[in-house]
This record gives sequence, structure tokens and C-alpha cells, in this order.
Amino acid sequence: MSQNIIEVLILLVLLAVSTPLLGNYMAKVFTNKKAPGDRFFLPLERLAFRATGVNPEGEQRWTVYAISLLAFSMVSALVLYGMQRLQAHVPFNPDHMANVPAPLSFNTAVSFLTNTNWQNYAGEDTMAQFTQMAGLVVEMFTSAAAGIAVAVALIRGLTRKRSNTLGNFWVDLVRIITRILLPMAIILAIIFIASGAEQNLHAAHALTTVSGQSQILPGGPVASQEAIKQVGTNGGGFLNVNAAHPYENPTGLTNLLSNWVLLSIPFALAWTFGKMAKDRRQGLAVLGAMAGLWFVAVALVAPLEAHGNVHISQAHVTQSISASSPGGNMEGKEVRNGPILSAVFGASSTSTSTGSVDSAHDSYTPLGGGVLLFNMMLGEVSPGGVGSGLYGMLIFAMLAVFIAGLMVGRTPEYLGKKIQASEMKLVVLYILMAPLVALTFAAISLVMHTSLASIENPGPHGLTEVTYAYLSASNNNGSAFGGLSGNTDWYNTTLGICMLVGRFALMVPVLAIAGSLGRKQTVPVSSGTLPTGTSLFSLLMAGIAIIVVGLTYFPVLALGPIVEHLVGKF
Amino acid sequence: MSPSSTLEAPVAEPEAPTGAAKKPAAFDGPLVRRALLDSVLKLSPRHMARNPVMFVVEVGSVLTTIYFFRDLGSSSGQENLFTGLVAIWLWITVVFANFAEAVAEGRGKAQADTLRKTRAETVAYVQRGDDVVEVPSNQLQLDDLCVVVAGQLIPGDGEIVEGIATVDESAITGESAPVIRESGGDRSSVTGGTRVLSDRIVVRISSKPGETFLDRMIALVEGASRQKTPNEIALDILLAGLTIIFLLSVVTLQPFAIYSGGEQSIVVLVALLVCLIPTTIGALLSAIGIAGMDRLVQRNVLAMSGRAVEAAGDCSTLLLDKTGTITFGNRRATEFIAMPGVTSDELAAAVLLSSLADETPEGRSIVELAETRYGQEAHEVEGAELVPFTAQTRMSGLDVDGRSIRKGAADSVRQWVEAQGGASPVELSPVVEEIASGGGTPLVVADGTRVLGVVRLNDVVKPGIAEKFAEMRQMGIRTVMITGDNPLTAAAIAAEAGVDDFLAEATPEDKMALIKKEQSGGHLVAMTGDGTNDAPALAQADVGVAMNSGTQAAKEAGNMVDLDSNPTKLIDIVEIGKQLLITRGSLTTFSITNDVAKYFAIIPAMFVGVFPALNKINIMHLHSPHTAILSAVIFNALIIVALIPLALRGVKFRAAGAAAVLRRNLLIYGLGGFIIPFIGIKAIDLIITAMGVK
Repeated sequence: MSQNIIEVLILLVLLAVSTPLLGNYMAKVFTNKKAPGDRFFLPLERLAFRATGVNPEGEQRWTVYAISLLAFSMVSALVLYGMQRLQAHVPFNPDHMANVPAPLSFNTAVSFLTNTNWQNYAGEDTMAQFTQMAGLVVEMFTSAAAGIAVAVALIRGLTRKRSNTLGNFWVDLVRIITRILLPMAIILAIIFIASGAEQNLHAAHALTTVSGQSQILPGGPVASQEAIKQVGTNGGGFLNVNAAHPYENPTGLTNLLSNWVLLSIPFALAWTFGKMAKDRRQGLAVLGAMAGLWFVAVALVAPLEAHGNVHISQAHVTQSISASSPGGNMEGKEVRNGPILSAVFGASSTSTSTGSVDSAHDSYTPLGGGVLLFNMMLGEVSPGGVGSGLYGMLIFAMLAVFIAGLMVGRTPEYLGKKIQASEMKLVVLYILMAPLVALTFAAISLVMHTSLASIENPGPHGLTEVTYAYLSASNNNGSAFGGLSGNTDWYNTTLGICMLVGRFALMVPVLAIAGSLGRKQTVPVSSGTLPTGTSLFSLLMAGIAIIVVGLTYFPVLALGPIVEHLVGKF
Repeated sequence: MSPSSTLEAPVAEPEAPTGAAKKPAAFDGPLVRRALLDSVLKLSPRHMARNPVMFVVEVGSVLTTIYFFRDLGSSSGQENLFTGLVAIWLWITVVFANFAEAVAEGRGKAQADTLRKTRAETVAYVQRGDDVVEVPSNQLQLDDLCVVVAGQLIPGDGEIVEGIATVDESAITGESAPVIRESGGDRSSVTGGTRVLSDRIVVRISSKPGETFLDRMIALVEGASRQKTPNEIALDILLAGLTIIFLLSVVTLQPFAIYSGGEQSIVVLVALLVCLIPTTIGALLSAIGIAGMDRLVQRNVLAMSGRAVEAAGDCSTLLLDKTGTITFGNRRATEFIAMPGVTSDELAAAVLLSSLADETPEGRSIVELAETRYGQEAHEVEGAELVPFTAQTRMSGLDVDGRSIRKGAADSVRQWVEAQGGASPVELSPVVEEIASGGGTPLVVADGTRVLGVVRLNDVVKPGIAEKFAEMRQMGIRTVMITGDNPLTAAAIAAEAGVDDFLAEATPEDKMALIKKEQSGGHLVAMTGDGTNDAPALAQADVGVAMNSGTQAAKEAGNMVDLDSNPTKLIDIVEIGKQLLITRGSLTTFSITNDVAKYFAIIPAMFVGVFPALNKINIMHLHSPHTAILSAVIFNALIIVALIPLALRGVKFRAAGAAAVLRRNLLIYGLGGFIIPFIGIKAIDLIITAMGVK
């Protein structure tokens, strides 16, 4: 128990240290100021821009920025799709994986393109090593960079005055990958390899275990994928059981580092926002709202899981946590991690859009699973995915400003930018799109025979399984609750649609808002301005998020986790 | 600066926004009857479609009504009672929303009726060449020249091109004291429907029939030309968005319910939807806007658009003319300074004597000062010969009992004393110079050959204005004083009044430049003005309040007209703008936080049949599913009516910083909106259970 608490405290300290450091560094990268590593990176960047014909000084309007993003994404998706469909004919396929079927290829291409990393396949028996390395991993870098780029464009829109442009997508993409994601991923991969994670190009080999059973050990470049999986809040593991596999997550140290790294960029981006807004408190307020929601989720799930299953206690089996027994609700959890660290990881993974798992969310207590579900319902803002978390929370900030800002007797403004009808249209679009696809497809799936057949547990738990899948896809989380056979045409297609809508139907409004705000004059701050750099505003942002999301999804929560909890007398 | 006409009513002191005397109560008999009728007429779908939230409620009402009649024969009595009651209360919800709007409009309509009476047909005497022909006033054309003599109504809006007259403008302003209007200068504009009391004027008509000031005013107070303001549109979008989201939640709830084995009736789903969508703010939004405009009308300010009222709330810089706004506009005596060898009593007595016949504001202020501060008593003086002020002599006074008392400009009096054979004391010059350099005006008083002393005339800052400016500062509003005075004088007055900045020796161009500079820094600027040369600045400012006494050009350029011509009202206008926005935000917050309790009432009620365990989240312990849903629907309707007075009156406004205002309103309307429905729904549940609904 105390060891768990010490680990959580270490995580908090690591975050407290990394947020300002990384935040300041990223601000330098985004503002093209002198940044550490310029001597190494600048010549490389110049070369890359000259080779591709990108003018690094040429800034883009929001429309051009959005078109660049969409065009880049479409090409990436096509390449990834093609790579899966043809993988049998490509080298680096020691296990002789067949070509991936079309629906699954579509689902997977979309999934990695949208930073969701929903996996309707098991990596070790579906994907060639080349597909994993050159397809999925590359997409993990670029999709993470695209998310950060959109967030940066929004920050620029909020902080620039009367400017038509939001930066250059290509420049942002390159700099984010080379300056932020690659260095972090390389360092993390080395630590993983040193800790025992796999990194080779071998084929799988069978061996006989001590107990005399035979087991197949897959080979492949696991550590390198594992690193970007956490750095870019992607979550797509090399192996099916993801971070619960000892080859992906070999030690307590890698588990802790994974948990830290997947939270690090999303939290740090809030700091970057304050830095670029030249008002640290603005960043702290956003950070406060994110951290508050994350911490509450952790503080809810951890005790729920540590407390265990009432029915087991009734059978006079002790579930208390002791030196020799992890205790608590251990179904679907790794003995190495125990219920508390698994819960912290689960809460972190669902509240960033990572979706990498080191335990089976399906087996959480109903309310514990409900909290994970709620994390995704929030739209991934606590602290959310890389980039998407920040722009999601800033959307809630604009909503909070719009509703509460009126209460101080001024028309709403955020960072001096008036939030008017055109922005509200886009904000409404943003908060509407993910629930629209998630609820619609979940509702249909629950009354259609073909889709009902995929549910393993009937009743409220089945409802949660289906809703979880669609929420995970629509909010680009990618974690699976489990208990749902998702590799069917229906789920492959509809989940793919959810991922696309949940990504691009949200990114484009964000860029449009950025464009519209960037063109505006900035209203100077006075004592009559709604203060947005305060803890009260953090509360307000988080409160608005909880109320809007809670009201949208309360029926689902009531009929899924809440009923299951009440009926099961947990 | 234009000289102030003496016939004008003294400028009112800045006062706390009250206007209670003229304000009709929120609900009075005939108004309510008219509003009730209107609220039924407003049920027409064409009208309802303007308000998406309430339109959804109306569609829900129609749907539940159809279901009620369809199932009348087949369902049980309790089921029919439930459906019937839901249908009735949904209709009531729509009617209540219309009622809120109708009441708000009703107050304006009553006012418009009064105005219409003054628009009665009059005959205009139009000069055509050398002839004068009679033309009905509604057929007047632009640039017609009308002759109006004492006793006649002015037939249309225009400019006096010839003559001077006293005009009774009470029909428009409600102010009974007549005002002087004359050709040329800034007081040449007249308004149709006002009455000439003396003399004869020729008016050039400046508005087309049907577009006169009176017509516009009627349209404005009636709300006929009311358009949604930018912020209202943005809020409408949010409310429509929330409605779509809740529609999505409710529509998808049915498949979830079917999967869970608890399919819901359409009536229950409609009830849930209506309870979730933001009906409270949706119902009151337009009433809030109309009432905000109405509050301005109560203070005799006409806003040409709701946009201007909203901008008033946003203003961060106020440009205030010194004269009339910050100071009383007339110089007043503040001190008598005696020369050596003269007692202050002797001086005060002489000054009083010299000013008894002086009817100018300066003269009156001297008498007042002599009486109050120096204990003199004014007596009628027999046989005194008055010496009036002329531009040549630049002094006035009187000759009585062999004494000649004069007061006037220092040079003139000095020359006069020397001409009498006297000499001015050496102490005089320093005193005169000291007063002049401090922004005051020295008046030297002499009795024959003796210079008695000096009267200090100062611009006097209105009492209470400094506190008002401090409040403005708290609200984050910068005040800038505009004056034609020299910088030294201006600085002295600015310091005394507590304005944040001043613009001295201001020309209209300076004023314009200042506005543009403020606006380029992102500030919204409010100002008042009356002269033709103010017109460009009035047009440029975000809130330009033209004085009704001003020229037609100024009135056209501004986006508000103050019928009382009281520039201090700019501060009230800003407060009303803020109050409007605060009311809107508070009720939106209230409306959204209300939903939490309604979910806790309805969701367990819907599914307790399938999952009895769900009764655990029936935390209000409502009697039955039927009473729970009904209570939520009834609460949803009643809260609209309960909040109508607040919507019309506006949320209580207090000058304070934004942080304090936010905390306060969040506590009242956020937390209040969260808690109140739990209590209200429970109370309604108890009542309807007692009445036999099961």
C-alpha cells in the first residue's frame, strides 16, 4: 500500500518537474525562438524544407493550414492502408503475415491516422514487422505531431492580434517531430531496452516453459514502438495485451515512466499555452482544470479497485492489500502492478487519449469502469491527447467564458478575444460531433442483431462494452473495454467513421476558431474583464465540462455502470 | 462650447438608477390581460420558429396531445391522467414563455400608445414661393419650409431656418419646462409633435413622412423593429446547440432503453427532452432584451438598436464633456477675497448688493454664497439704479444712496476705479493672477474709488461624481474628461473630479483622434455630444449618446438619444448595458444547472420498472414514476413565470470588479440553480401526490 502511494507521489513529482521544463521548451520550438539543439536541428530542417520546397517563413491562413493537414492525413492513411494490404510481399516479415483484409486495414489505417490506435487485431498474429515499424510507428509520430500542430495554431490564433495567419503546418509538423517527439521517444526506447523490453527483428519462436507447456514468444521492434506509443498518447501496442505484456512493459520502472510520459506532453502544453499567451496564470488555470479532473478520476478509480469485489469478500476471501498479496479487485490485472497502480494507469490512459492499457478495463468494478468511461466522455481534456487535450480544454474555456462571462456584465471574451456568434457556432459543432457519432452508432449497435452478437456480456455490462468502444473511437482514445468482438464489418466501419469524425470534424472547427480569433483585435484587460487566470476559472472550466458532458451522457451512465453497480450491490 | 440656455431645466445631479416612479409594475391588470392574449396568439408556429428552444417544446406539446387523444380509449385512467397532465403542462410552458415576451413588450406598447396620441394629424403651413399653403403633416416632403406660430404643433422634424421660439417638448421628453430653439447654431433642431409656445419660426423639414423621430420612437418602444443583438444571436446558437445535444441524448435513449428492456413511451421521452433543453433562458431571452431597452426608455434614453445597449456594457472608455457632465456647467462663486483694510463682511455685503439683480447663474451663485457662507441677508433695495452688463463695459453693478458698486473683469474695474480718481491696491494683481492660473475666473468688486476685493468663480464639480468615477474604475472603465479649457484648468478639475485622464483645449478633431486611438487599442468608447461638429465623433464612437437638445445631425450620428439632454446619464447607460448582459448570463447559468436535478427525477422514474435498484438514485424520494416526471415538467414551467419579474427588472447590479461580480453571481445563479429544483420538484411532487396523482 505505502509503496503504491510512494509511486504515485513520484509520478506527481515527475509531472511537477517536467511540466514547466517541457512547456517552456515547447514554447521556444513553436515560436521559432532560439531553442536548445538549434545547432544540430536547424541545418537538418533547412535541408528538409529546401528538399520539399516548403518556405519556412511562409505562414498560412487557417484554411490553407487545415487543407495541408487534411491532405497530409489523407495521403498518410492511403499509404498505411496500402502497406497493410500488400504486407505479404514486403521484406521484414519473418512471421510471414498475410495481407490484412480490407475492412480491418481501413479501420487500422484510420485508427492510427487519428491518433486513436484502436486495434481490432492482435499485433503479433496480424501485422508484419515492416507494417508496424514503417507504417504504424511513423503514423504514431505524424498523428501526434498533427494534434500538437492544431493546438499550436489555436494558441497562435488566441494570442495574435489582427493576424490572418496561424503559422505553417509543414514547419510545425517537422519541428514537432524532430525537436519534441523523436528525442523523447529515443530516450524512452533506450530505457525500455535497458529494462528488458524486446527490440529485434526475429521471428516468433516456440519454447517449452518450466511447467512443461509450450509457448510462442513473438519477436519484433517492441521497445521503439512502445516509446512513441506513450510519448504521442497513441496507445497502439506491438502486442495484443499492450502494456500488460512483460515484453512491452517489463518492469515497475517502465510502468511508472510510461504513466509519466503519456501525461507529460498534454500537461506541458497547457504551460506552453500560458508561456505563449505571455501570462503564466492563463496556462496554470487550464493546467489546473486538467489536473483537477485527472486527479479526481485517479482518486475515484484507485480506491474502487483497491476495495475489491464485494461478492468475493462475502465468500470470506480476503482482498486486503498486504506485502505478499496485491489484494483488491485483481480480475484482469497484473500481479506486478496491483489494483492501485493499474487504476492510476487506467485513469491516466483514458484521460489522455492514449488508450494503452496495463489491465483489462472490462474487469474493473462497475463504477471504476464508469469513471474510465467518463474520462473519455469528457472528450479527452484531462489532460487529453497531445494537442487535442489542450484545444479541447480551450473549447471548454470558451464555453465557460461565454456562459459565465456574461455574468460580469461584458460580452464574453477570452484572452481579450471576443467570443461571438461565429465562434459559438464552431464551439457547438465541436462539442456536438463526438457525442453525435458515438451515441448514434452505440444506440444502433444495441438494437441490431448482427452487432448484438459481438457482445459477450448481456445486460448493463454489455451496454457499457458497446458504448465504451464507440466513445473510445469518437474521442480518439483507442483503449478497448474488452468483451466486444470488434473485428466485424459493422464495427470496423462504424468505429472507423467515429474515429474520423472525432478527429477531423473537431480539428477543422478548432482551426476555424483559431483563424477567426486571430483576425480579431484584442480587448485590453481591465478590472472589468472576466479573470480567466484564476483557480475559480479552473473550477468553472472543469464544472462546465462535467455538466455539459454529464447531461449528454447521463442516461448511458445510468443504464450502464450505475445500474450494474446498484444491481450487483457493489 | 455652446452657451447654456437659461430656460433649460437645471442639470440633474447624478443619482442612483431608480426611475421607480415611472416604471410600471411587472404585473398590473390590463397589461397582464393583454399579455395573456398575446401569449396565445404567439403560439403560431411562424412566431415560435424564431425561438428554436421553445419551438421544440411546442412540437412536444402537439405530440403529447396527439398521443393523449389516441390513447384516450385504450389506456388506464391513471395513464390518461398522466399523459393529459404532461400535455397540458407542456402547453403551459410554451404559453408562459410567450407571456414573458408579451409582458416585456406590453410595457413598451403602453408607452407607444401615449406617443401615438401626440402624432395626431396636424396642419402644416408650407411656404411655396411667396404663398403659404395648408398641407396635412403626413404629406410633408423633405425641405418643405413650414411656418409655425405660438400655440401650434410643429408638423415634422426639422431645423429652424428663421426665428427663435420657446418650445414645449414634454410630449417627447416628459420634461415640462420649455426650451429655447433658434435658427443657426446647435439649438436649431425641432421635433414633430412638440408645441411652439411663443414667437414664430420657419422650419425646414428634414424627415420623410413616416420616418420622423416620433415614428422611430414609437417603433422602438414597441419593439417592432427589434432585432436580435450580436450576443443574443451567439447565445441563441449555444441554446440551439444544447437543444440538439439533448435531442440526441433523448432520441438515442430509446434504443438503450429497448436493449435494457425498458422501452419508453413517447410522452415520457418528450417530457425528458423538454426538461433538459434550456427552456428557462430560452423562454426569457427575448424578454430580457426587451426589458433592457425598456429600462433605457424609462430613463428617457432611446437606443436606436439593441446592439448599442450591448456595446454600452462593453465600454471601457467614457469620454465625458466637462460641462454639464462633470461640472454644473456654470461657473459658481466659491470664495470672496477681501483687499487689505476691507472686512470680509463689508466685501460680502457689497458683493451681495451688486448681484441682487443679476439673474445669471453666476449672479445667483454669488448671492447664494454670500447668504450661506458669509451670513448676509438679501434685502430689496429701494431706489437702486441697476447698471447692466454690457460687452463694452464688461462689468455690472448698481448705484444706490450715492454709492456706486461695480463688479466685473479685473481690467475693466481697475480702469473704472482709476477713472473715478482711485487706485487699485498692489495686492490685487497677485490675487487675480492666482485665481486665473488655477482655472477660476476672478471678478473684482469696487465701491467708488475703493477696490473691495475679488470674487472667485470656479467650475464646480457635481457632488458625488468622484464616487461614481471610482465605481467606474472598479468596473474597469476609464473616464476621460473632454474640455475646451486650458490644460492647467483642466488638470485642476480632472484631479478634483477623479477622472482618469483629460483632453484639454479639445477640438472636434482631437476628440475624433482620441476615439480612434482608444479603439485601435481595442477599447470600446462611449461619449455624449450635441453639436453638429460632434456628429463624426458620435458616429465613430461605439456608443454615441446625442442630446435631444442637440442638432439633427448629432442625433442622426449617435446610436442613442437622451431626451433629457443630461450627459451624466452616460454612466447609467453603461450600467444598464452591463445589467442586461449579467441578467442574460445569470439566467443561462441557472437554466443549465437546473438540469441536474431533473435528470435525478426522471431517469430513475423511467427505469425503476426494469431495474428496481435504480430507486437508490431517486434521491428526492419522489412518490412514483408518474409524479416524478410530472413534477419535473411542472417545475420547468413554473420556474419561467417565477423568473419573469427578475428578467424584466434585471439582476441587481452592483459596481464592483469582475472577479467579485462573478463569484457572487456564480454562487446565486450557479449554485442556486443547482439546488432550487431539488427543493421545487420535491415540493411539487408532494402537492400533486396529495391531489391524487399516482
